[in-house]
Amino acid sequence: MSFDVFRDVAKPIVSGFGITARRLKADKVTVQYPEERREQFPRTRWRHVLTRYDSGLERCIGCSLCAGACPAKCIYVEAAENTDEARFSPGERYSHRYEINMLRCIFCGYCQDACPTGAIVLRQDFELANYEREDFIYTKEMLLEPIR
Amino acid sequence: MPKRVETLVLHDSSTPVIGDTEHGGAVVVTTLDTLFNQARANALWPLTFGLACCAIEMMSTVAARFDLARFGSEAFRATPRQADVMIIAGRLSKKMAPVLRQIYDQMPDPKWVISMGACASSGGVYNNYAIVQGADQVVPVDIYVPGCPPSPDALMYAVIKLQNKIKHQAMKTNKSMSILELKPRELEEVKA
Repeated sequence: MSFDVFRDVAKPIVSGFGITARRLKADKVTVQYPEERREQFPRTRWRHVLTRYDSGLERCIGCSLCAGACPAKCIYVEAAENTDEARFSPGERYSHRYEINMLRCIFCGYCQDACPTGAIVLRQDFELANYEREDFIYTKEMLLEPIR
Repeated sequence: MPKRVETLVLHDSSTPVIGDTEHGGAVVVTTLDTLFNQARANALWPLTFGLACCAIEMMSTVAARFDLARFGSEAFRATPRQADVMIIAGRLSKKMAPVLRQIYDQMPDPKWVISMGACASSGGVYNNYAIVQGADQVVPVDIYVPGCPPSPDALMYAVIKLQNKIKHQAMKTNKSMSILELKPRELEEVKA
């Protein structure tokens, strides 16, 4: 079998570029991340938020069930009593301190499942990277939803 | 881990620091700094250091959907001699720690470290005898990425943030340029 320039060189090159040319018509798959975000799945679990009732009172009652359910032991809750002068939540108690170590957290959502009042929810904000270890202790002020 | 004070740049207005015009550095040097930092930040070659499941997301980050090549980081190198940034992707076991340290030492300066995921950053759920509780006990970490595992866009956010950090570094010392960037708590530690 002899060497043929057309059959062995030109034809494979043309057919190879043909595949490339056909792919040019296909949709572009790359998400241009900082400018555009991909659509997150509805049950995506990322940054925690402590929610409020419509009245503005906090849902969290400081029961520490989230801390008990946490497999990484990254939640710390310290409860205090509500008084009529300083009322934070509808029940007897509220969380005086609520801290999450975001570096320990594995975003499993067990805290969300364990919460009896639906106070802690995991939302879709994934941009959590930071420079210092100390920046990852999220306090109650950082987690709490602003009053609408 | 307590913060080591010797890593801070200690100076005041009377002691000129290279690359810091506000505190008496030369203009030429600061311009060179900007040039070098742009070159360094926009061609970060990561070292292939996948230790566990986070590596799957790291591979996904360089694939077509997310395409880390848009930030100049697509060239994953299998040798530390050619790498700029080490992405510690996964739990770091105590047997692996000396290996990690040796590979980090083999990387040429300037070098940076991304601690990817809960396990590499703090040990995560593996609070046991076998896992190092935070890779910063072995190597200096520049940026931490929480998540288990972090999604490709979360890692990409960290790479962009690391680029911002590199663009504000002084070329010669490889340290942050201005003491003004430090937080008040650290300043108090320096004074004490």
